[in-house]
Amino acid sequence: MAIVFEKPKALTDAVLHYCPGCPHGIIHRLVAEAIDELGIEGQTIGVAPVGCAVMAYDYFACDMIEAAHGRAPAVATGIKRCRPDNIVFTYQGDGDLASIGMAETVHAAARNENITIIFVNNAIYGMTGGQMAPTSLPGQVTQTSPYGRDVNHCGWPIRVSEMLATLEGPEYIARVAVNNVKNVKQAKKAIKKAFENQIQGKGFSLVEVVSACPTNWGMTPQKALEWVESDMLPYYPIGVYKDRTAAKEAAK
Amino acid sequence: MKTTQILFAGFGGQGVLFAGKFLAYKGLVQDKQVSWLPSYGPEMRGGTANCSVILSDTPVGSPIITTPDVLVAMNLPSLQKFVNDVVPGGIIILDSTLISAKVERDDVKVFYVPATQMAKDAGYPTLANMILTGKVLKESGAAAWEGNRETLEAFIPAKKANLIDVNCQALQSGYDF
Amino acid sequence: MAQRVLMKGNEAIAEAAIRAGCRHYFGYPITPQTEIAAYMAKKMPKIGGVFLQAESEIASINMVYGAAATGCRVMTSSSSPGISLKSEGLSYIAGSDIPALVVNVQRGGPGLGGIQPSQSDYFQATKGGGHGDYRMIVLAPASVQEMASLTIKGFNLADKYLMTSMILADGTIGQMMEPISFEEAEVETYEKPWALTGTEGKRKHNIVNSLYLQPDALEKKNFERYERYKIVEENEPMWEEYMMEDAEICVVAFGIASRVAKNAVVAARNEGIKVGLIRPITLWPFPKKALRAAADKCKSFISVELSMGQMIEDIQLATECLRPVTLCNRAGGMIPSPDQVLESIRKAQKGE
Repeated sequence: MAIVFEKPKALTDAVLHYCPGCPHGIIHRLVAEAIDELGIEGQTIGVAPVGCAVMAYDYFACDMIEAAHGRAPAVATGIKRCRPDNIVFTYQGDGDLASIGMAETVHAAARNENITIIFVNNAIYGMTGGQMAPTSLPGQVTQTSPYGRDVNHCGWPIRVSEMLATLEGPEYIARVAVNNVKNVKQAKKAIKKAFENQIQGKGFSLVEVVSACPTNWGMTPQKALEWVESDMLPYYPIGVYKDRTAAKEAAK
Repeated sequence: MKTTQILFAGFGGQGVLFAGKFLAYKGLVQDKQVSWLPSYGPEMRGGTANCSVILSDTPVGSPIITTPDVLVAMNLPSLQKFVNDVVPGGIIILDSTLISAKVERDDVKVFYVPATQMAKDAGYPTLANMILTGKVLKESGAAAWEGNRETLEAFIPAKKANLIDVNCQALQSGYDF
Repeated sequence: MAQRVLMKGNEAIAEAAIRAGCRHYFGYPITPQTEIAAYMAKKMPKIGGVFLQAESEIASINMVYGAAATGCRVMTSSSSPGISLKSEGLSYIAGSDIPALVVNVQRGGPGLGGIQPSQSDYFQATKGGGHGDYRMIVLAPASVQEMASLTIKGFNLADKYLMTSMILADGTIGQMMEPISFEEAEVETYEKPWALTGTEGKRKHNIVNSLYLQPDALEKKNFERYERYKIVEENEPMWEEYMMEDAEICVVAFGIASRVAKNAVVAARNEGIKVGLIRPITLWPFPKKALRAAADKCKSFISVELSMGQMIEDIQLATECLRPVTLCNRAGGMIPSPDQVLESIRKAQKGE
């Protein structure tokens, strides 16, 4: 019998704990496919965050470490500086990367730390039960913004990719989404490129993946994906925000 | 068995720490037990920077000097702050160019050395500290006089080796004063 | 014997760390420990090592966590307020059972406090600071020579017991210069099969982690860890006894306080008072047996501290409160004088 579809080798056999309809599974798979295709599983060391992906260390088959909330880029820095020939990636959510870990994120980018960051932006704190995130949209109802995010009271959501792209340091900053097949394919390309950049020693590469949280958004998975398209992507447009190598080549 | 506790005090920039370091290295070269402790950070009490040097034939206990055998004062606030701490029979050496006051104690030996003026006249205006150090070595016997050049060579970086000669001259003029 | 050189205590730590095989240093500036970072910044690039100034103490301890997870000998250093920030990472390193060396050149607190020497982080170092049940090996140097020797020892113990060794120094020992000789460093090496090095496709993936959502699994980890700590408590206490043979009064002091106390002990002996000194070199494990033995022959104890009285509690515990323990202390960056300690000894002699 011909096998037409199988699990990437870079994922273990552990059953994912994510909620039904959660795109984390898709994003895990894209990361694992990239690792498989590049043949780097044996060299790769992954850093799991605090947040919904906290148990990612059980899901990826490469060596893994669990970081404190927000500290993954610092932990990855420590690993990479000791073992520059290994491939080091972090997998972080929006609360982890853009709130408590913003300093670590910005400074790893500024140093052009040769690591790969997969940043999952679903505009909410998932694991703790749906609190307002630094990327929650204006008016978005969450457990801690029950009347909708009031920007006059608690400020505006942060566009991480745009902000990091202003830095001289990073090599590659892109935003993708996983709400439809076309976008998933594009996301895969960006994630793979972010790993290739590291292999080639180009430096800090971050892919922001606009994702969904049906459970905490209080929507069906279908509706949640529609909301990504209608509400998330207008505020967080898909695109490559920085690509130093491409820019250099274009300037030639 | 001899232990000498030397307190250097002055303004920041007068070379107080350097002079102390020189004495510490003299002790090191002469196989003595040594400690050197600077005041660090922005000094807030009386505008003084100081450093404590202990040279001893036996292991040094506390590196903190509360009752110096020798006080070198390079400004008035330093003299005022420490003058009464000096042990009876101790030595006070002060820069009389910068301090016009006299020491009123009669149980200590006081040497008024116009070190800043001497340094200026000799053409090495930044070495008043070493003139006073020459006097310390002569009057205190904390360490043998011989070997100043070797001591300086031990801690002045090679690219500043041209300064060794003038430092030796400054020490000598203090010794001869 | 190796040649004597004059060195600042902070520099001695840095040089010793390099001799112990440490090639990775992550730090953030704070007084009075900056010489360590400066030394590393100068030396590391020349010997193929890494010095990295992090964006914060929090980032630097997490860099240490990542580096330690790869099996490298790695360190960071800071001073009191910075150690508070690093405490989160110290807890994670403990919970993940990996080795690291952390230096605290203490200054006065709490809060921003001051920059003058202090010992007021004794509780933080020996009882926790970070969250959860954990211990660190806490080494308290009293000389520049010990800054070096205990740094090397600290790396060895950390690797041996898979935990953090902390050098608990103070601004005085950090800033002072003394002659020091670097004997051939006794560097012990340990296998690190748990290290993150990449599977190379040859083994199951290694995971460095402190998360155990099942309470029974987490409990098991804690019990295992404390079995290991028990061995440390049994094998690793270090202390110095000075004039204790016939002592009736026992002064207890560590670090710079022990240097001051020694002067006072000598002065008191000159007055005919039978007094001695026990200097804990490891603050955890605390030299309980030495203190308990002293309680059998001494009538009283004096704890000399640059704090409001922290180690005194461990003395009371170790001596099972059999004898009175008085406190002779200064705080906030002030240092007790030998006269102050002598006065405490005289009072103890009179039974006051």
